[in-house]
Amino acid sequence: MEMSQFLVEIKNVWKSYEIRSFWFKKQKFYALLDVSLKISKGEVIGILGESGCGKTTLGKIILDLEKPDKGEVFWFGKNLKYISRREYKSLRSKIQAVFQDPYSSLNPRYKIKDILLEPYFICIENNKKKGLEKAKELLNQVGLDQNVLNEYPHALSGGQRQRVALARALMVSPDLIVLDEPTSALDMTIQSQILELLKNFKEKIGLSYFLISHSLPVVFYLSDWIIIMYLGKIVEICKKEFFNSVDHHPYTLMLLEAHLDPFSKKPPFKKEIKGEVPSALFRPSGCVFYSRCKERQKMCLKKSPKLRKINNLQYIACFKR
Amino acid sequence: MKILKELLNHKIGLISLCIITILAILAIFAPYIAPYDPFGINVNEILQPPSLKHLLGTDLLGRDVFSRMIYASRISLEVSIVAVGISVSIGVFLGALAGYFGGIVDQIICRFIDIMLCFPTIFLILAIIAYLEPSILTIMIVIGSTSWMGVARLVRAEILSLKERDFVQIAKVYGASSFRIIFKHLLPNALPPILVSASLGLGQAILIESALSFLGIGVQPPTPSWGNMLIEGKETLEVAWWLSVFPGLAILITVLAFTLLGETLQDILNPKKEK
Repeated sequence: MEMSQFLVEIKNVWKSYEIRSFWFKKQKFYALLDVSLKISKGEVIGILGESGCGKTTLGKIILDLEKPDKGEVFWFGKNLKYISRREYKSLRSKIQAVFQDPYSSLNPRYKIKDILLEPYFICIENNKKKGLEKAKELLNQVGLDQNVLNEYPHALSGGQRQRVALARALMVSPDLIVLDEPTSALDMTIQSQILELLKNFKEKIGLSYFLISHSLPVVFYLSDWIIIMYLGKIVEICKKEFFNSVDHHPYTLMLLEAHLDPFSKKPPFKKEIKGEVPSALFRPSGCVFYSRCKERQKMCLKKSPKLRKINNLQYIACFKR
Repeated sequence: MKILKELLNHKIGLISLCIITILAILAIFAPYIAPYDPFGINVNEILQPPSLKHLLGTDLLGRDVFSRMIYASRISLEVSIVAVGISVSIGVFLGALAGYFGGIVDQIICRFIDIMLCFPTIFLILAIIAYLEPSILTIMIVIGSTSWMGVARLVRAEILSLKERDFVQIAKVYGASSFRIIFKHLLPNALPPILVSASLGLGQAILIESALSFLGIGVQPPTPSWGNMLIEGKETLEVAWWLSVFPGLAILITVLAFTLLGETLQDILNPKKEK
């Protein structure tokens, strides 16, 4: 079986949800518009954006928890539309996930032992002894005591639960983990511990991450590539090392400005951030960012800018860049 | 176990649990507890009022009411437990299917529930029984198969909210089958409300069984049930009040106990309750 160099590839994916607004009138609202991206082995891709911009939907498309309306999803070069059941099953375990809320991501009626063993039994082999060995080893690696194996999730703290969730994802030796805001429900000190853990695993076993977050520092800490989304569209893709030295999409600039710096002498928001995110239901016809953009022109109202390659390390969807 | 402990700390819960336990003991050990044969006719002791010899008096044929009531509790509990078993099984199965798969499956099951709910239960049962031979088994099946709609709706709603929880999504990510997700992840977490409705259902089933027996299409004499004892006493209510009053009280207390147990469980199992 020839393996593609990309773990996951997404081509021109559209995803909409239906909302019933009045009686029988159905309205479509697009969570993703024409999104394409590729994830290579060992790479960490960070997705930044406001709530409701389609970050989580994108994660679910990658995990095949949601099917796209249009467009294609490839796992290891295999199109999910035409994949055989057996192949699907063998690839399924290669892409795992850790979600935001550590309180809802563990089944409250399972012991930690069973939480960790279930994926192992399903994906690897039905061998309790080996499974337990692996579970203990992973608990050790994520910094938890072996005693928790016989506990129920309610006995653990948020940070401990998130470690268990990470260990569960690692039980099946995945190549890619989708991290949907893995730290935003945790305390600051625990956030940094979890981030450290994630970085260690990346360096040690060459894990790839698809990191969804709205926190700039988290994304900066882990990512190789940073993707900025706005209202269901990718507005910028940029290599991290390159990030500080180039000009950005107006929305990215706005995000950077809005970021708080505790040691700055300047007032936190030197320029006023104007406007609200337009409703996804009444999507503007031109550029999605028009209503809040400082550099808008007349043409931005008529046409929507496509993602253009600026150079090998940066792609921007804006007419002025 | 935790539930039992909390139940014992709850005043009403403890009382209802005690009543149900006593009833269960009476029903299980009926042959050892009943002082007389429930079918034993004794012409010399017709319509005796309650006394030490006959605790709850005797009926028109001189049978001991206390003994008959103990045997009747057997029938009533048996019928209600099996009926609730049937209704919970059907309800959980259909509710889980509808909630988990959604779409067209959900539509079909929900419409079916709506149709079933259009008929008043008691008339539906009357209509079915009119075609079938009344026996204890048919009564169990008929009560069970006409009272599952509430459970189905409850389970459906519960599953709908549970399946969006992260641990279910993750189970899908590591490739757990739908069967496993429903039975290992969803239903165990939907157990508390199912327990509550089963407990409430037990009271209802006893009530329906008594009503059917009262109408003469339930448990057939001479087999005693609280319902048919009630109607047997109706004729002689003016001279022998004990024939109707005691079975009526038994129904009242039992139904009340099950209903209160259900409500206590609801209290205990509701995570949002204030302690």
